[in-house]
Amino acid sequence: MGAAPAARDVTSYGMGLAAPLALFFLVFFVAPLLQLFWLSLHNDTAGLHWGLGQYLHFLTDPFSLGVLGSTLLLGAEVTAVCLVLGFPIAWLYQRVGPKLQTVIILIVLLPLLTSVVVRTFAWIVILGRQGIINATLQSLGLIDTPLKLLYTQFGVVIALAQVQMPLMTLPLITALGRIDPNLDDASCSLGAGSWRTFFRIVLPLSLPGVIAGCTLTYAASITAFITQSLIGGGQMLFMPMYLYQQASTLQNWPFAAAISIIFLLAVLAVVSVFTTLGRMSRGYGGA
Amino acid sequence: MVDAPSGRSLVVDAVTHRYPSGALAVENINLDIKGGEIIALLGPSGCGKTTLLRIIAGFIAQTQGRIIIGDDIVDALPPNKRAVGIVFQNYALFPHLSISENVAYGLAARGIDKATRQREAQRLLELVQLPAMAERLPRQLSGGQQQRVALARALAIKPSILLLDEPFAALDKNLRLDMQIEVKRLQRVSGITTLIVTHDQEEALSMADRVAVLSHGKLEQFGSPSDVYDRPQTLFVNTFVGSTNRLPGVVVSADRTEAKVRLDAGAEIIARPAGGALSEGGRVTVCIRPEHLQFVGDETGFAGVVGMSLPLGATVVHEVTTADGSGVKVSQARIGETRALENGAAVRLAPLAPSLANAFPATL
Ligand SMILES: Nc1ncnc2c1ncn2[C@@H]1O[C@H](COP(=O)(O)OP(=O)(O)OP(=O)(O)O)[C@@H](O)[C@H]1O
Ligand SMILES: [Mg+2]
Repeated sequence: MGAAPAARDVTSYGMGLAAPLALFFLVFFVAPLLQLFWLSLHNDTAGLHWGLGQYLHFLTDPFSLGVLGSTLLLGAEVTAVCLVLGFPIAWLYQRVGPKLQTVIILIVLLPLLTSVVVRTFAWIVILGRQGIINATLQSLGLIDTPLKLLYTQFGVVIALAQVQMPLMTLPLITALGRIDPNLDDASCSLGAGSWRTFFRIVLPLSLPGVIAGCTLTYAASITAFITQSLIGGGQMLFMPMYLYQQASTLQNWPFAAAISIIFLLAVLAVVSVFTTLGRMSRGYGGA
Repeated sequence: MVDAPSGRSLVVDAVTHRYPSGALAVENINLDIKGGEIIALLGPSGCGKTTLLRIIAGFIAQTQGRIIIGDDIVDALPPNKRAVGIVFQNYALFPHLSISENVAYGLAARGIDKATRQREAQRLLELVQLPAMAERLPRQLSGGQQQRVALARALAIKPSILLLDEPFAALDKNLRLDMQIEVKRLQRVSGITTLIVTHDQEEALSMADRVAVLSHGKLEQFGSPSDVYDRPQTLFVNTFVGSTNRLPGVVVSADRTEAKVRLDAGAEIIARPAGGALSEGGRVTVCIRPEHLQFVGDETGFAGVVGMSLPLGATVVHEVTTADGSGVKVSQARIGETRALENGAAVRLAPLAPSLANAFPATL
């Protein structure tokens, strides 16, 4: 030690503050996950034989792969619908007065303020054979027999898109709000029309928001158990329900565990693609 | 699309603008600007300079009046069809595009091929003396460099009118002078009709062929720098441009070119009726600039007592208190050894010439 008093690094905070949360995660997240992984490494339900049989079964079974594929596709479809519908709302938000902004925020947040079950049953009422859409179309004489909307991919995508919309719109509103309005004017005065301005300036600069919104929407929609099962009905099977059946109905715990691990890895892969894209576009964001 | 090389005329015809909030930002502005002229819009903060600029560029549709560029009334044209280049106060460079992409942006919008675009961008970057910065992003440049890129970007579309909104406000004094000279040089070379918004009177007087002085949304005077400085038409212009002493008084006699005014400070002087005809017996404010006052030895002029003398390099400024108690500043060139004036010395003051004292009807 020198004569000078030891300088203290004031930028380092005690890790102690993070301990409660870390402990919580350890007990309720890491431990069950490890247990799940341990379980998935058994070939039989009794848990006597070690092996990768469950994984082999899933990866060679066309039915299981089909469920995984349609779940990942569902996520992509919901994300696309949310992006296409959410972007104009976020764009509009930046161009209206403060009163209308409050209204828009309220409309955007509304799905979060109602219970999942209530919201899902509302969609059943809307999409059903005698539902609002079919009744309206029939009374207008546009269709003779009711359209099949409920228990279809279309129905699930629409219902999920409504639920997840805030997860897309809020990051977009933030990202668009960070763009200097003078950039719009500058682009315009340089001779660019609205479309060029949108695709060359507004869209690239809002990319961080787009990617954040897509990641959140995607992750939330592929794991949305209730909406998927109630609107999808018996015909449509997605990963969460598949998993639930294996564990709860068939008591095949090792296979259910393997499904969850595979599902987890698939979701992580997709999310990490998004975040990589996000990091690449970060160069744009900060003006 | 208008693609005239440069130097189109610009007429602002009776333009009035009221914002939806009710604020009357500009009121009945008339400007007749010849092709190739450099014009300064000068006025205090909030007087409507930016509003007028945005109306000319087409970002705001004025409530009344017309904008005419060349022979075309452009009111119905959107900004991207007006061929008006604009440099924003905060530069507004596209942060995600490289410097050369920024400069070439307007050319891309016109469908010009990539090779030509790049060549043109490089030429313009050389013009603003930044050829080595082409591949950088805007945030990797200093404020002054960004400023020059913004200028190059606006010039790239060969605009017929160039608008600059307080272009040098963020620069330090030396850089500002460099940029002022630079812009003036570019303007001379290209002959583009240029409008510079500023609240810096030195900038306006040194750069512009003509200066438009605005106050509270109204045009106070539109004339050459020497008109505005030496022959101000309103009391506002006289006090806002340069510094001046305001001496209250009463008109003794007046015709169109000369007025005899009895100053409250106690002398009769000859002044120029600057803001129109004066009526006998009416109260006036006489404006005399510090450098237009002189100490006189005889009994002419008005009396005062020297308060403080400030040597400011090339000039010395004396503060004199007159008989009616108002303070007057007198600026003397420092030629050789200036006669030192003691604190409390009694002096007499008079304008250098009658044409250098401007009499305006008192507003109060
Ligand atoms: N979007 C707006 N809505 C309502 N009023 C506005 C708006 N923009 C400006 N104003 C008002 O119009 C007047 C003129 O504003 P403007 O921005 O043209 O001033 P300026 O001369 O450019 O000032 P500065 O030198 O500070 O930039 C101001 O009183 C301002 O408050
Ligand atoms: Mg302004």
